[in-house]
Amino acid sequence: MTLRDLKPGQKGKVSSIGTTGAMKRRIMDMGVTPGVEIKVIKAAPLGDPIEVNVRGYELSLRKDEAAQIQVEM
Amino acid sequence: MSITIALAGNPNCGKTTLFNEITGSRQHVGNWPGVTVEKKDGVYKKDREVIIMDLPGTYSLSPYSAEEIVARDYIVKEKPDAVINIVDGTSIERNLYLTMQIMETRIPMVVAMNMMDEVEGRGDKIDCGRLSEILGAPVVPIAARTGKGLKELMDAAVEVAKKGVKPNRLTVFDSQLADAISSIADALGDAESEENCWKAIKLAENDEIIAKTVPSDKQAAVETLVKAADKAAGGDAEAKIADSRYQFIAKVVKDCVKKSGKGHQETKSDKLDKILTNRLLALPIFAAVMYLLFACTFSENFLFIPELPSPGVWLAGIVEEAWAFVADGAVGVAEGMGASEWAVGLVTSCLDGVGAVFGFLPLVLVLFLLMSFLEDSGYMARVAFVMDRIFRHFGLSGRSFIPMLMGFGCSVPALMASRTLESDKDRKITMMITPFMSCGAKLPIYAMFAATLFADSNQTMVVFSVYMLGIIVAILGALILNKFAFKSETSNFIMELPQYRIPTLKSVLIHAWEKVKGFAVKAGTVIFASTVLIWFLSSFNFGGMCDMEESLLASVGNGIKWIFAPLGFADWRASVGVVTGWIAKENIVATFGQLFGNVSEETVEAVMAGEEGLPAITEVFNQVSAYAYMAFNLLCMPCFAAVGAMKREYGSWKWTLRAVGFQMATAYIVAMLINIVGNMIF
Repeated sequence: MTLRDLKPGQKGKVSSIGTTGAMKRRIMDMGVTPGVEIKVIKAAPLGDPIEVNVRGYELSLRKDEAAQIQVEM
Repeated sequence: MSITIALAGNPNCGKTTLFNEITGSRQHVGNWPGVTVEKKDGVYKKDREVIIMDLPGTYSLSPYSAEEIVARDYIVKEKPDAVINIVDGTSIERNLYLTMQIMETRIPMVVAMNMMDEVEGRGDKIDCGRLSEILGAPVVPIAARTGKGLKELMDAAVEVAKKGVKPNRLTVFDSQLADAISSIADALGDAESEENCWKAIKLAENDEIIAKTVPSDKQAAVETLVKAADKAAGGDAEAKIADSRYQFIAKVVKDCVKKSGKGHQETKSDKLDKILTNRLLALPIFAAVMYLLFACTFSENFLFIPELPSPGVWLAGIVEEAWAFVADGAVGVAEGMGASEWAVGLVTSCLDGVGAVFGFLPLVLVLFLLMSFLEDSGYMARVAFVMDRIFRHFGLSGRSFIPMLMGFGCSVPALMASRTLESDKDRKITMMITPFMSCGAKLPIYAMFAATLFADSNQTMVVFSVYMLGIIVAILGALILNKFAFKSETSNFIMELPQYRIPTLKSVLIHAWEKVKGFAVKAGTVIFASTVLIWFLSSFNFGGMCDMEESLLASVGNGIKWIFAPLGFADWRASVGVVTGWIAKENIVATFGQLFGNVSEETVEAVMAGEEGLPAITEVFNQVSAYAYMAFNLLCMPCFAAVGAMKREYGSWKWTLRAVGFQMATAYIVAMLINIVGNMIF
């Protein structure tokens, strides 16, 4: 399953990142690397993007970007 | 001898606050060459020999954004004597990621552990001494907002810079990957050279910019070794390197940070965020904030109270009156001294030129006091979070909403507001389309045509449709620019939502002051020079001073009028109107008043307000060509003040001229389509 499938309040552990290039690098630079715990906080008022908590701070990303991040519950 | 110290850190880590605290008001602001990234430097207020360079805020030194490239080029190529790396102690893990990368460049470094007051407030402890041992660089606890620890920080930085103390070489990568990287460094030449070591890591990360710097005779060997590095890393060295850095950081944090043990507590910021981005409340709050931002700057009926000027309008009124007093006085003195007509004219036009610059300053000041409050408080990031869903379809950031909204008031502060966008590409595109919004000065043009040529139709609908036209063209323009002009640059929305913080008065004031000063100096010269030039063209011919009808400008109008034939208004007076509109768009009405029947000033004012028509213009315009003319003046080059603001923000004539070229072409095509299609229908 991917980060996109998690509901607000749910936690997961990142297993891998599916995309390549600049987007993958950006995701990893922001601390979303395999093994890290990630928690979905909420979705934006219009439903997208979403807000997650990772490594002690709040990160926002689009649902399409979240779909590239594989997680385990 | 002077020393240079660079400030590097994540966005929102308190870097600007620190910069303001250590440099005071002695700052110099400009652009890094070729990009819309702000360049700031200053001197340490306690030692003028220490130059402080503020690098753009970045999360990484990867080659994917203009900010990152600027920051790393500066560190690697300009080699400052030391880097102060500001780390936000409240999100230490992510912040140390940049620290790791700065250390890879082997530049002498000091870590400023910022927000220590907040860390302690949470009951957490950071062992700076232990961290310093691990990194081999001083780690100084500070609170930039209160000024605590800054003296110690600067002393440590100056010492490190003078002695050239390098941080430790850390063992971040596993032995296989480390070997693969050092064999790349070997292939580049001397494996012990620090530059080669850094380049080798970047090459293993598939850094295309560094790959281009590899000499051609070594390229094949390096490529093979990079592939080997990928293999050593289990397929993807770039991912493995990022991962290794974070794993190393996790160990360091475990060693140096003691959490209070109370677990993750809800901070005040979290509570505030629950309200501000609440599913139901977020949009109404957002609308209210945006209304206030616009109304405080531009509204003449502030907070819906009739005749109550907003702070921006009120200040602008005072400045205008004060300037009119000075200008009248100066003209009176010139006349009293028996100056000739042309000399009085020159004085008047120079004063008008300066007055035009002054007139914008209150708007810029008020808007940027509010903007810097939004930025520093953390709400600006939420603007993007809320609006992204809509703006991504146009290939723009949600933050583009603010410049575009402000564009309905005045393009000058609107263009300057584009600085708040996250990426260089978004800033460049947004600045090109922001002037398509109908600013306040364009309304009198619409009012004149509506009252004259659309007197029998619904005038409000005519004016409204021109406003809508601007919005539609802006959206189409953004889509086209994204698809063709900037196609290689991808955009993403992976960004931090920083903690809400109460901004310090000092940083809000400094930011607003910088904007005002920057506009006055950099844009002021453009505005002043062009105002005087147009005055000269419109009041002289080769025989000396004359009326506008016989002026050089009239000759120019006659010379270029054929260009407008496909648009339906091949008339010299219409052409002259376009040109005088560049001083200020509402000038078109006064120009027409003079050229079409020389009407009185009172009549011009009534026409601008839409209370009266200007029947003589029907000689040249019918409904279709009038609409085409409105569209052309809406979309073509904005007034010189706005061009000056563009120049200030782009930081280059090349990009400014590109933007103006794009606007002129768009205006011409749209007006021509209106003329062709309009004539087919009506």
